[in-house]
Amino acid sequence: MSHDAATDQKPGQHRKQKKYVSDRARAEKRLGWYLAGPAFVIMLMVTLYPILQAFFDSLYAFRLTAPDEREFIWFGNYITVLSDSVWWRDFGVTVLITIITVAVELVLGFALALVMNKAIKSLRGLLRTAILVPYGIITVVSAYAWFYAFDINSGYINSWFGWLPGIDQELNWFAEFWPSLFVIMASEIWKTTPFISLLLLAGLAQVPGELTEAAEVDGATWWERMRRVIIPNMKAAIMVAVLFRALDAFRIFDNVFIMTNGAHGTEVLSLLAYRTSITRLEIGLGSAISVLLFICVLIISFIAVKGFKVDLAGSQGGK
Amino acid sequence: MPTMPAGKPARKRITGAIFTMIASSLVLSGCGPAQADNTLTWYINPDNGGQAAIAEKCSAESGGEYRIETSLLPTDAAAQREQLARRLAAGDASLDIMSIDPPFIPELAEPGFLAPVPEDVAERTTKNVLEGALAGATWKDELVTVPFWANTQILWYRKSVAEAAGLDMSNPVTWKQVMDAAKEQDKYLGVQGAQAESMTVWVNSLIESSGGEILENPEAPADEMKLGLTSDAGRTAAEIIGTIGDEGLGGPGLATSTENDSMIQFQGDKGSFMVNYPFVWPATKAAVEAGTLEKSVLDDIGWALYPRTLDGEDTAPPLGGINLGVGAESDNVELAYKAIECIVQPENQATYFVTNGNPPSNTEAYEDPRVEEQFPMAPTIRDSLELAAPRPQTPYYNEISTGIQQTWTPPDEVEADTTPAESEDFIIAVLRGEKLL
Repeated sequence: MSHDAATDQKPGQHRKQKKYVSDRARAEKRLGWYLAGPAFVIMLMVTLYPILQAFFDSLYAFRLTAPDEREFIWFGNYITVLSDSVWWRDFGVTVLITIITVAVELVLGFALALVMNKAIKSLRGLLRTAILVPYGIITVVSAYAWFYAFDINSGYINSWFGWLPGIDQELNWFAEFWPSLFVIMASEIWKTTPFISLLLLAGLAQVPGELTEAAEVDGATWWERMRRVIIPNMKAAIMVAVLFRALDAFRIFDNVFIMTNGAHGTEVLSLLAYRTSITRLEIGLGSAISVLLFICVLIISFIAVKGFKVDLAGSQGGK
Repeated sequence: MPTMPAGKPARKRITGAIFTMIASSLVLSGCGPAQADNTLTWYINPDNGGQAAIAEKCSAESGGEYRIETSLLPTDAAAQREQLARRLAAGDASLDIMSIDPPFIPELAEPGFLAPVPEDVAERTTKNVLEGALAGATWKDELVTVPFWANTQILWYRKSVAEAAGLDMSNPVTWKQVMDAAKEQDKYLGVQGAQAESMTVWVNSLIESSGGEILENPEAPADEMKLGLTSDAGRTAAEIIGTIGDEGLGGPGLATSTENDSMIQFQGDKGSFMVNYPFVWPATKAAVEAGTLEKSVLDDIGWALYPRTLDGEDTAPPLGGINLGVGAESDNVELAYKAIECIVQPENQATYFVTNGNPPSNTEAYEDPRVEEQFPMAPTIRDSLELAAPRPQTPYYNEISTGIQQTWTPPDEVEADTTPAESEDFIIAVLRGEKLL
C-alpha cells in the first residue's frame, strides 16, 4: 500500500519557497496583514485582554459585593481549588462526558459521513441538510427540548419506552446521577454528531478513488479497504474532528445548566466556574477556576497535536 | 502591483480607517442613548403585567414629574440577584428602582449599593406593614428598602382527602398528621424537593417552626458564623424531609419538584396536601376556565395555615415577596423614592394582589373588598404572614442557601443523624473560604 505518499507531499513544498521573497510576495503579505490585521487586533482585545484580566483577578481574594476586602493572596485560590474534592469530582464528570460523547460521536459521525458520501447525487443535498439540522439548533433550545421530553411531568419518553426494562412511568430521569448524565450526553451527541460527520466527510472526499479501486481489484474486503486505505488516508481529518469536539465537549455548559443545574453530582467544570464567579460573585476564586479550565483545554490541544503528530496547518480541516 | 498603491498616504489612510473602525465599535457598544432627566427605570421581576400597570398609573398621577419605565429581570430569583448585584457593583446609574427578593437585601446593603431610605419616606411607607415584611426590608436595624408585596406558603388541601383522614382542618395540623393521611390513602404530598431555593425555604420553615434558627449570629463576619442546623430543630426538620423522601410520600417527581410541579401533582388524582404560594389559586381557576381542569377539583380545594412541626407550637411559614430598593449610583434618588411611595400605596397593593396574585405587605390593603372576593383565602394569607419567619438575613445568604440545597437533596437521602452535621460542616468550610461550593 502506498498511502504515505499522499499525506507527506504538501508541507515540504511550502517550506522551500520561503527563501526568496519577491516584491510580489512581499506586497501580498502586506495585503494579507491589511485584510486580517483589524480582525487580529480585535481578537486580541476580546480574547487576550480578558484572559490576562482573569489571571490577574485569580491572584486576589475578591468578592464583588465586598469590594473593600480585596486582598492579594498569590496562588492561594489555586491551592483552594486544586485541594478541593468538588473540583476533582467535576473534573472527573467533565472528562467522562468528553470521552464518552466524543467516542460515540466519532463512530456515529463516521457512519453518517459514509452514508452522505455514498448517497446518489440527487439525494445528497437533501441528506446533508437533514443530517445538519440538529447542529443548526441553538444548544439551549435543544437542551430544553430534551429536558421536557424526559421530564417526569411533561415528558413522553417514559410512556413511549415503558416496554424497556428499567423504564416506567415513575422514572425520574433527573433525580439521580447516571440517568441525568445519560440524557445530558445523549442530547450532546444528538446535537454535535453532524459537526463531526461533516468534518469526516471532508476527509473522506480527499481519499483518492484510485487507491480504493486498486485495493478492490487486489481483492481487499470492505473492512480491509476501510482499515488499510480509507482511515489511514483521512487521519488528519479525524484528528481535527476529535480535537475540535474534545475541546468543545470539555467546555460543556448549556445542557447541564438547563437539565440539572449541577444537581446530584452532575456539575461540570464550566458550571463550577460560572457558579463561583457569577452566582457566588467570588471573582478571585472563579477566575482561578476559569484559568485552570483554560489550562486543561491547552493541555488537550497539546496532547492532540503533539501526541498524534498531525500537522493541522497542512490538513484541510478548517471549521 | 497596480492594484495596491504602496505609498505612505495610503498606509496612513488604512491605519486611520482601522482605528476609526475600532473606536466607533467601542463607542457604539458602550453608550446607549441618554435618557431624559425625569425618566426612572424600574427593574421588575416577571409577573402578569401588574408592575408595569402600576408604573403607568404612577407616572400619570405624577403629572409629568417623573416617568417610570420598566425593565424585565430574569425569571428565577437567583438570576435576578445575579443581574442586580453585577450591575450595582459596576456602578450602573440606570438602577433607579429595583424589585428585590428579601433574602438578598443584606448582601446589597452591606457594601453600600443601596441609596439610604429618607426618614420621612421610611415613616410613611412602613405604616401598617406586616412585621415579617418589615424585618425583610431591614439590615442592621435600618430600613434599607421599602416593602412592596409579601409572599407566604399556606397549606392547600383536598377536602375529600382531609375528610377521609378525619382531620379537622379548622384547627392547626402538624406535618405528621398530613404525612400519615397521605400515606394511609396512598396519595402524594405537594412539597418542593428540587435542589433549588425552594429547599432552603422548606428547611428554614421546618427549623423555625420548632424554635430553631439556621443562622444564629446573622451579623457576624463570614468566618465566625454559627449555624443551628445540628440542633434538635435541625434533626426534626431532617426527619420530616427524609421520611417524605424515603417513603415516597412526595411522589416520583419529588427530587426535581418545584412549586409549579407540586401544583400540577396536587391538581391530579393523587393530590392530597400541598405547601405552596397563593399563585396556586388564580392558576387553578384559570385552568378550570380554560377547560383543562374539572371544576370539581377547584371546589375540592381548601386552605389552612402551614403545618406545624411540633404539636402545640406555632408554625413559622415561609416568607417571601418583593421589596423596592434604589441604587446608590442612581441620578434620581429623590424622584425614585417619590415614585416608590406611589407604587406601594395600599390601593395599588390590593390591585396587584387581585390582578397578579401577589399578596400585599400592608395590612390596610387586605380590607379592600376586591381582595376577599378574588382570594377567599386572603385572611389565612394574612395570618400566615403574621407568623412567617424570614430566611437568614446575611450578606452570605447565597453560600448558606446553596450549601443547604446541595446537602439536603435529594430528599430520600436526608438522614436525621448525618445530614444536619454534614451540611453545617460544609457550609462553615465554604464560608471560611476553605471549600468550593
